[in-house]
Amino acid sequence: MALAPAFVIVGCAPLSALRTSSAHVNLPRYFTWEEWAFLHAACARLIPSDENGPGAVELGVPEFIDREMDGAFGHAANWYMQGPFASALPEFGYQSPLTPRAVYRAGIAAVDAYCRRMFGNKSFSELPSTTQDSVLTDLENGALDFENVSGKTFFGFLLQNTKEGYLADPIHGGNKNLESWKMIGFPGARADFLDWVDKHGARYPFSPVGIMGRKG
Amino acid sequence: MVDITKPQVDAVLVGFGWTGAIMGMELTEAGLKVVALERGENRDTYPDFAYPRIADELTYGIRHKLFQNLARETLTIRHSPGDRALPYRQLGSFLPGTGVGGGGVHWNGQHWRVLPEELRLKSHVAERYGKSFIPDGMTIQDFGVSYEELEPCFDQFERVCGTSGKAGNLNGTIVEGGNPFEGQRSQEFPLPPLADVYGASLFARAAKDLGYHPFSEPASNASRPYTNSYGAQLAPCNFCGYCERFGCYRYAKASPQTTILPVLLKKSNFELRTQSQVVRINLDSSGKRATGVTFIDAQGRTVYQPAELVVLCAFQLNNTRLLLLSGIGKPYNPATGLGVVGRNYTYQMTGGVLVFFDKDKPMNPFIGSGAGGQVIDDLNGDHFDHAPLGFIGGGYVGVIQTGGRPIQQMMLPKGTPQWGAQWKQAIKDHYLYTVNVQTHGTVMAHRDNYLDLDPTYRDVFGQPLLRMTFDWKENDIKMTQFVTGKAKEIAEAMGGKSIEVGMKQFGEHYDTRLYQTTHNVGGAIMGEDPRSSVVNRFLQAWDAHNVFVMGSSVFPQNIGYNPMGLAGALAYWSAKAIRTTYLKTPGPLVQA
Repeated sequence: MALAPAFVIVGCAPLSALRTSSAHVNLPRYFTWEEWAFLHAACARLIPSDENGPGAVELGVPEFIDREMDGAFGHAANWYMQGPFASALPEFGYQSPLTPRAVYRAGIAAVDAYCRRMFGNKSFSELPSTTQDSVLTDLENGALDFENVSGKTFFGFLLQNTKEGYLADPIHGGNKNLESWKMIGFPGARADFLDWVDKHGARYPFSPVGIMGRKG
Repeated sequence: MVDITKPQVDAVLVGFGWTGAIMGMELTEAGLKVVALERGENRDTYPDFAYPRIADELTYGIRHKLFQNLARETLTIRHSPGDRALPYRQLGSFLPGTGVGGGGVHWNGQHWRVLPEELRLKSHVAERYGKSFIPDGMTIQDFGVSYEELEPCFDQFERVCGTSGKAGNLNGTIVEGGNPFEGQRSQEFPLPPLADVYGASLFARAAKDLGYHPFSEPASNASRPYTNSYGAQLAPCNFCGYCERFGCYRYAKASPQTTILPVLLKKSNFELRTQSQVVRINLDSSGKRATGVTFIDAQGRTVYQPAELVVLCAFQLNNTRLLLLSGIGKPYNPATGLGVVGRNYTYQMTGGVLVFFDKDKPMNPFIGSGAGGQVIDDLNGDHFDHAPLGFIGGGYVGVIQTGGRPIQQMMLPKGTPQWGAQWKQAIKDHYLYTVNVQTHGTVMAHRDNYLDLDPTYRDVFGQPLLRMTFDWKENDIKMTQFVTGKAKEIAEAMGGKSIEVGMKQFGEHYDTRLYQTTHNVGGAIMGEDPRSSVVNRFLQAWDAHNVFVMGSSVFPQNIGYNPMGLAGALAYWSAKAIRTTYLKTPGPLVQA
């Protein structure tokens, strides 16, 4: 898998490099530059680029998440968001008054503040990848929590949205060149398999196609 | 505070999914002037489900474009009567529909009937195992209608849907290749079974070797071109893999849009009004007769629609809520066991066994139909001796491969890291090579699982939300452990390299987050006694003879199968009673 050099440096790029990187010609719609740097660094660890193929950053996942923040998901537009709010057993699902976009805003600020305090005034994106991984693991396990936002909730959104951007159709901004689908063998929007149903044990031979007709 | 009063009509339908379409067709055929009020938007195959836009997992499968918008209306949930209920803020465990076609747009088309003994479950259990076999607190009942009475209605609905399958019991003769346990059919399915994907054929072989009786699941996904009893046409399913949660772009999945609306919407005595949310059934001064309904229109105006007949055709939760909001029938009280509306809410129990295969056996999970697959019914109903097992009910087991949509349907071994290079390696290693053997079974009614109005939370119109009180009971866990345990033995014989069982454990609580099934039933149950049911055997409200309640709201407890085939048949059954008897002499069809 050939990777464009501009993509490779992005995962741990300093802020100044992000601003000028050719990989990011579009301004983020929602995120600040500081948040944008965090998002790139986190996505690069959650789904890294490796011998199996390009990772979340290379496939445009930060752009995907940025778009989602501006849409119905980011605004929790289709969720019941009336109070009173109360904490509950996890089985009862999301019970926070914070919209996903508010969770990202508070979560990124909290993680960066934590990193600067713990790791010599360095923000998350400036840390070595092993340290980034341990911070993400602490968030995932609930070992790292914050006053204004649940670290676990923030990590949950971040991971869910990263996977969505990586695996969804490219019309949503991620999964560039259908790379994730090529890696796993999903034919995407082909959606027509009548002549393959009874070919038991045969490998489906055609490459994926996206909704806009683009082949992988 | 009515802004507009509409001219009187003969019948008003509240909600316009499957049962609304069926009732619309039946009542207009009887010459009635019918108005259907649907809270959601209008939808049709074109443009709403058109290819390629419909092949978009994120929009439809993950962000739930076609489902109820919880920002406007949801319900609250708790595990037991002493708990504080909290809103179901995000869609999770179940996915109520909205809009024209309702759940009939985005269902799978798993089109079962019911087992004869399930319609008279309480009597059947008492006869075979003794009354004391029913544990304290379990409130199961008979439906009050028999399989023989419903058989023509099952057949009618299957002929509308172009259901694909193979009869196992034709007029009492057991037929090889069908389900030998089913109630008898008066004729063969309208269409032959769908073809089997690889995983389904491996399941069938393994099940047969173990002595079970595999057959093709009845599927309202057309296996051939089909013209239905109304003259509407279906095209063959092409296994696109975007079925449940999506509308069908192929005109292959039976839905109100593909099977009824092309005919119904052209009738001069039928009118559909969308974005019309019914907020109340109006009653006359006696409180025993409905005069019509009040709804909020698209512009926010309060509209009164007078009608001779009010038919509730909304989703189960909404039918029950509307009865409670309108004061029809006595609300159920779990402390005393008295009252009926909201009583016997039940759900369904799902489990499964993942089978992981080597890389020389690609399962091509993306080749999927909504309901095609191989299943066994040996472990459902009363097809085995329950006496030594100590539970009531059962379920079916099988492989129904509905798609390989990678965000939702990625199946990985437990313990796989959720992110990083190892997760990426795992999705590469398992995506093509995994099959899910599913179990799908009953949930019995219990005294403290019920529905009422929430005292705190309100919808966008300021009305109280419905409150669900529900948790798993010992009987349900015993059932799934038994059935899923047997599924494990079949899965082990399918030739995979490893398997993994997923089922509920004793002490595990109902989890609203993970999708399980939208087979919510009960709350406005049918029965033989007004003290323990909301509607009589013809789905007519005991407390207001011109109000009829459709759908799975009337199930006294849940069956092992998917409920739509029974709900559709009951709609035809009720319509027949209205047409042949009620319209001639309006009044109670059964004396209380």
